[in-house]
Amino acid sequence: MPFACIYVPTFPVAAALRAEPELKARAVAILEGKPPLENIFAVNEKASRMGITPGMTKAQAELCAELALRPRSALQESAAHAALLDCAQSFSPCVEDTACNTVLLDLTGMESLFGSLPEISRAIYHRAAVLGLETNVATASNPDAAMLAARGFSGVTVIPAGEEAEQLGALPIEVLFPDRLEEDRTEEDQKEEAGRLLETLDRWGIRSLRALAALPEVALSERLGQEGLRLQNLAGGISPRTLVPVEAPMVFEEAVELEYAIVLLEPLAFLLNRLLEQLCARLASRALSTQELRLTLELEKVPGFDQQSAINNQQFLLQSAIENRQSTICFVRTLRLPLPMLDARVFLKLLQLDLNAHPPGAPIVKIHLAAEPARPRSAQGGLFLPPTPEPEKLELTLARIAGMVGENKVGALELLDTHHPEGFRMQRFVVEAPQKSLRETPASTLTEEKSAVTALRRFRPPLRADVTLENGQPMHLVCRKKDVQGRVLWKAGPWCFSGDWWEREAWSRDEWDLALQHGETVALYRIVHDLLGGGWFVEGTYD
Amino acid sequence: MSSAVFSTSAATGRPFVFDAETVPEVHSLASASRASLDRTAEGGCPHTTLQIPERPGTQESLVARVLQSTIKNQQSRIPPASVTSASRLAIRPAPEMVSSGVPALDALTGGLPRGCLTEICGPASSGRTTLLLAALAAATRRGEFCVVVDASDALDPQSAAAAGVELGRLLWVRCGESSAQKKNSPRRHRGTEKSFFENPEDRIQAHSTNHTEHRLEQVLRATDLLLESGGFGLIALDLGDLPSQSARRIPLTTWFRFRRAVEHTPTILLAIEQQAIAGSCSSLLLQLGPPRDELKASIAQDNRLLDADNSGESAAKACPEPVEERRKNAAHGPSAPLRVNSSRGLTAGDIAAPEGRKKICLIGQSTFDFPYPAHAQLLTGLNITAELIRSRLERKPARSVTFESKTAWAG
Repeated sequence: MPFACIYVPTFPVAAALRAEPELKARAVAILEGKPPLENIFAVNEKASRMGITPGMTKAQAELCAELALRPRSALQESAAHAALLDCAQSFSPCVEDTACNTVLLDLTGMESLFGSLPEISRAIYHRAAVLGLETNVATASNPDAAMLAARGFSGVTVIPAGEEAEQLGALPIEVLFPDRLEEDRTEEDQKEEAGRLLETLDRWGIRSLRALAALPEVALSERLGQEGLRLQNLAGGISPRTLVPVEAPMVFEEAVELEYAIVLLEPLAFLLNRLLEQLCARLASRALSTQELRLTLELEKVPGFDQQSAINNQQFLLQSAIENRQSTICFVRTLRLPLPMLDARVFLKLLQLDLNAHPPGAPIVKIHLAAEPARPRSAQGGLFLPPTPEPEKLELTLARIAGMVGENKVGALELLDTHHPEGFRMQRFVVEAPQKSLRETPASTLTEEKSAVTALRRFRPPLRADVTLENGQPMHLVCRKKDVQGRVLWKAGPWCFSGDWWEREAWSRDEWDLALQHGETVALYRIVHDLLGGGWFVEGTYD
Repeated sequence: MSSAVFSTSAATGRPFVFDAETVPEVHSLASASRASLDRTAEGGCPHTTLQIPERPGTQESLVARVLQSTIKNQQSRIPPASVTSASRLAIRPAPEMVSSGVPALDALTGGLPRGCLTEICGPASSGRTTLLLAALAAATRRGEFCVVVDASDALDPQSAAAAGVELGRLLWVRCGESSAQKKNSPRRHRGTEKSFFENPEDRIQAHSTNHTEHRLEQVLRATDLLLESGGFGLIALDLGDLPSQSARRIPLTTWFRFRRAVEHTPTILLAIEQQAIAGSCSSLLLQLGPPRDELKASIAQDNRLLDADNSGESAAKACPEPVEERRKNAAHGPSAPLRVNSSRGLTAGDIAAPEGRKKICLIGQSTFDFPYPAHAQLLTGLNITAELIRSRLERKPARSVTFESKTAWAG
């Protein structure tokens, strides 16, 4: 039964580098603590080579000009941990969440899907890199051996079955104590116990796993107890155990806290792009798409910002931060898509267009982006199907057009069950692939040719007109706005309509159809007499 | 350069160079002369550098031969496969024609061409929108998705539904001034970075744009985006209510761009307008409206009828033909016979009111005494005349066709 372990060295630094990939080439140190008592919590290898060590104060670290200092972010670390779980879940359903920086997965039966163990290991490594994490991946015949190899060897390591003791023997004894490797805050007594054991082994001259595995069991048990035997079994790679599988939650959220508030759309788009790419990579690793994106922007309080009116605008949420007893204003935009999609560039453009139309109105200090997972759409193409717009392209096009003409001015029509002249509403235009091919369509419907129906062109809004009546019927019409005027050549009507009398917006009207001389031709118009409001209007022309 | 070479060859009556074999000695001679000329250009002495081998003939003939061979050498450098002679040009495939929804129009034009621009122009009430809705209905019946880019926000949903358009497959872009547009006009932020941290008062647009131009700009930009998006069966530009002066401001390059964008795609690009404005970019141009002779006769008859009506004479005397026949002969719109028809006693009560509509009469008049035709009488059987002005698809003489429309009650 092969097992794999994914281990992220210097996890807080890796989480920060995932949020800011441009820092990978630089020395990075993570700060923890409240200002001004901030200490170095974790460093990457470059910073370590420059002499920066955990525990140094911020003032000491700042002496090194090339060092990038970042505060520790719980949001970034939780997102990185979720990405690590997503990476593991994309290869095996049986995943153990060992630690925030360590994930074990059972690879039994996965060879037929992903190839040999080295190929799987490399695939895991590359998938983690796509998700923004620099990891060590190791496979072995038992979980603990894989975990020790991942902690001790960088890159990809494959330990064949039966060679665990030999392969792990060269590793230093410190790999058995992860809290010594990771300057993580474990329980103080556990830390002390680990420190005491390590000191004892060091005094014995035991500095590698091979040396520990070679010690006599009874003597070791007499001196160090059961913990000593456990460590010896680990060092020999012979500690079989079962995984404790977890089901990774289907929560796809990414967040970034900003040191300085941003007020321009361009830097915001830059950050959004990064978050969207990470979200899309995570969704892709789980073979999912999204149909809803929720963008939450935490805003800075500025003097000119009218908080109350903004909250009344219902795009804002007032959140109470319990820690500092201060309320924060969050600007929320929800992007609902007609179909599940997974394209970071399309999402970014849609969000940009949306923010263009609905600006937050205050500087942004924190960005939170969440995606609602959905199953990817499946469509079966066909040679004989009519052309269909691509949903991603179309959504982008519609958003651009909506930004131009207005949100409620583009879409599909839906007739309402009313006799009101404008009895329709606009709805979202959704492209659904035709279910039937033309071959399956009954021939009768295709060959059916309806005769042309006289169409009305509406004037929106209707044009006020002066109508001269004779015996109650219109005889002369003057509408200066459209240059519609003249003697009525023919007329028909009236047709009386009324409705909504039970509501405030009651309407009642008489419709007439008229023919007027229009230049060298004759034009047909529909005019309306508003019985409630009074006045005559030209509603449209028959064309 | 290549065109000059071809014309020279054609003018001299010789075969094209890439059909002829290259002469080796001429090639060497030409290269020697070219090398010497190059050196001369660098400042060397021509007498010392011109290395021409000894050949019989005078010096003038030698120079002419050198120049000629130089030209031939240049021609011979053109790979034969890169230029196709006119005689070998493949015939451009004819575009696929699809039904316009009006059989009479299909018989006239063969349908609407895919991948081409079709213009339907005519004055108000000439039947342009009727044709547009018929085409949209036919396209949506085929399962295609269609767009109407409406410059005047004039589409009537009830008419579209009555024409048989599947509204779920129709994207309607209603152009016009919008508040969002006012706030986020691209002109306002051109050249400057847009900050969303600003006072709301500052967002109010300072400049005033011509309304029609603004709509036109929206139409063109939306059409560009939709053509780029692709996948639509029919994209209709409804410029029917725009004044001709404004519509003519659309540069021909825009229409050329549209034509190129729609080329080799299954999309039909249809433009509804008052006058033809796309020039040679449109592959099919239909002019709607009455033939001029009939129109003049119709107007004259109208005036006679009105005069007769005013003088108390019977209108029937002015129109002795049978009512139905005259109505069919009308060019478009309700014609004089229709009015005579109504005055002869075809009252509103003779036509059954459609379901959902209530017909009433004015106070003090009975229904049967109402001397005016109803909706159905006025609008049913309107004749629409379409004239084929230009078709690049096949060489047909200009001709016209007349077909009827009917009234549908959708409200």
